[in-house]
Amino acid sequence: MPILAPIGRVFLGFLAMTGRLCQFAGASVSHCVRPPFFPRLVTHQMIEIGYYSLPVVGLTAIFTGMVLALQSYTGFSRFNAESAIAAVVVLSVTRELGPVLAGLMVAGRIGAAMAAEIGTMRVTEQIDALTALSTNPQKYLVAPRILAGIMMLPLLVLVADIIGVFGGFLIGVYKLDFNAVNYLKLTFEFLEPLDVISGLVKAAMFGFIITVMGCYHGYHSDGGAQGVGKATTNAVVSSSVLILAFNYLITALFFGV
Amino acid sequence: MADTPKIKLTNVHKAFGANQVLRGVNLEVGAGESVVVIGGSGTGKSVMLKCILGLLEPDAGSIQIDGQEVVGMSAGDREALMHKFGMLFQGAALFDSLSVIDNVAFGLLRAGKVPRDEAYRIADQKLRQVGLGPDVGKLWPSELSGGMKKRVGLARAIATEPEIIFFDEPTTGLDPIMGDVINDLIVECTRDLGASALSITHDMASARKIAHRIAMLYKGEIIWAGPVAEVDRSGNDYVEQFIHGRAEGPIQMELKA
Ligand SMILES: Nc1ncnc2c1ncn2[C@@H]1O[C@H](COP(=O)(O)OP(=O)(O)O)[C@@H](O)[C@H]1O
Ligand SMILES: [Mg+2]
Repeated sequence: MPILAPIGRVFLGFLAMTGRLCQFAGASVSHCVRPPFFPRLVTHQMIEIGYYSLPVVGLTAIFTGMVLALQSYTGFSRFNAESAIAAVVVLSVTRELGPVLAGLMVAGRIGAAMAAEIGTMRVTEQIDALTALSTNPQKYLVAPRILAGIMMLPLLVLVADIIGVFGGFLIGVYKLDFNAVNYLKLTFEFLEPLDVISGLVKAAMFGFIITVMGCYHGYHSDGGAQGVGKATTNAVVSSSVLILAFNYLITALFFGV
Repeated sequence: MADTPKIKLTNVHKAFGANQVLRGVNLEVGAGESVVVIGGSGTGKSVMLKCILGLLEPDAGSIQIDGQEVVGMSAGDREALMHKFGMLFQGAALFDSLSVIDNVAFGLLRAGKVPRDEAYRIADQKLRQVGLGPDVGKLWPSELSGGMKKRVGLARAIATEPEIIFFDEPTTGLDPIMGDVINDLIVECTRDLGASALSITHDMASARKIAHRIAMLYKGEIIWAGPVAEVDRSGNDYVEQFIHGRAEGPIQMELKA
């Protein structure tokens, strides 16, 4: 069967790649919990991932909150249901858009940077040099990045939630003529702790995905500058797709019926 | 057995897919001896070094360090064994994210056998030994010339006073004068440490200067080995052709399409 062979080959290749990725992720996680630890490297990565992503995540969140308020007004005003706008904004932002948009923005910023940095270290033999200096590269390079990603993404998403709601508030009060106190009251009336918590769980998962994919593609890059470029692209594309897929899975887990 | 060789390779094989790179390499390096492996580009010299260092796993054969089998060794034992090794990589492989002095002190700090200030004092002294002043320590690897990078790489390789030092094409990419300076430093540093050295190169001037013994790798096997003084009357056509750099002879460059 000349058609089945290539399909089988692609499928086997996909399985092999998934296996390698799981092995890489598993080994890296085990390095996260076994000494020696590198607290200074973790701190450095936390600043890199958390602090320097604040502007881009903040901007994304405020425009998202604003556009949500505007669009839901167009819809709900037809049924005289304007009071639902605040609830739509806060629920969409905390449950879905905050984590997903922050995740995608950080994937573009951090995933790409990690793949490029570690990929360059691979092709210039710096990773081999680490091993030659009795240092496990997965422990030294990958584990601190994963730890920082898991810790910082929830914080970023919390900030995105607040700024996103604030964006909706701005439009609600200054453009749609809501009473400020009333808008805030409506916002918190509908908000349940689980809405925020599910978003933060997603964020931690996305932090893991972004850092693992960035490190994995960098770690296995070859073929000089071109290989590093390919690793960077692959890291961003694969983590973005995984973020959207896991977003669905976690939503189904928390709120699915 | 009066003196076990520091390094002993027996029948080492390594292939990448269909590409048989090493096809039964046999090589010994004695205590305090400097062996240089010569051979054309792409003959597998670097692959051989990486097998000894444990960066690649041979498909078959045995590699012994001080009489201890290292093929298939556990990761923990391997990390301990690495303390015996120092390695100067082809492109120096300095860590971009660390200053020069931190690069040199890296192995000492990671081993943790000496306090921090002592480690930096030793690193300073090693930099001086390779002819670099203390002001160079504050620079970043990206600010160094090729020759300076090699010197820093050498200082990093000897900082932990290893018993065995590996040099991967130490003079490639340097001008002849800087190449000779590096050769002198290699001879001096290995003699001072009383270390064994295994170098690979295709630069005959460098091989003659640093070798006690020369071995030639061709088509995945050591086809000739002998004291450096005998290399000019080896009676081996392949060696003859290589050391005189002739295009005509038994060695045919494989030009891949
Ligand atoms: N990690 C690898 N994966 C696949 N092929 C490799 C790898 N490393 C080296 N090779 C192949 O092994 C051969 C020898 O390479 P190398 O040892 O770097 O040559 P050199 O003697 O110039 O140092 C080359 O054909 C190269 O393509
Ligand atoms: Mg090489």
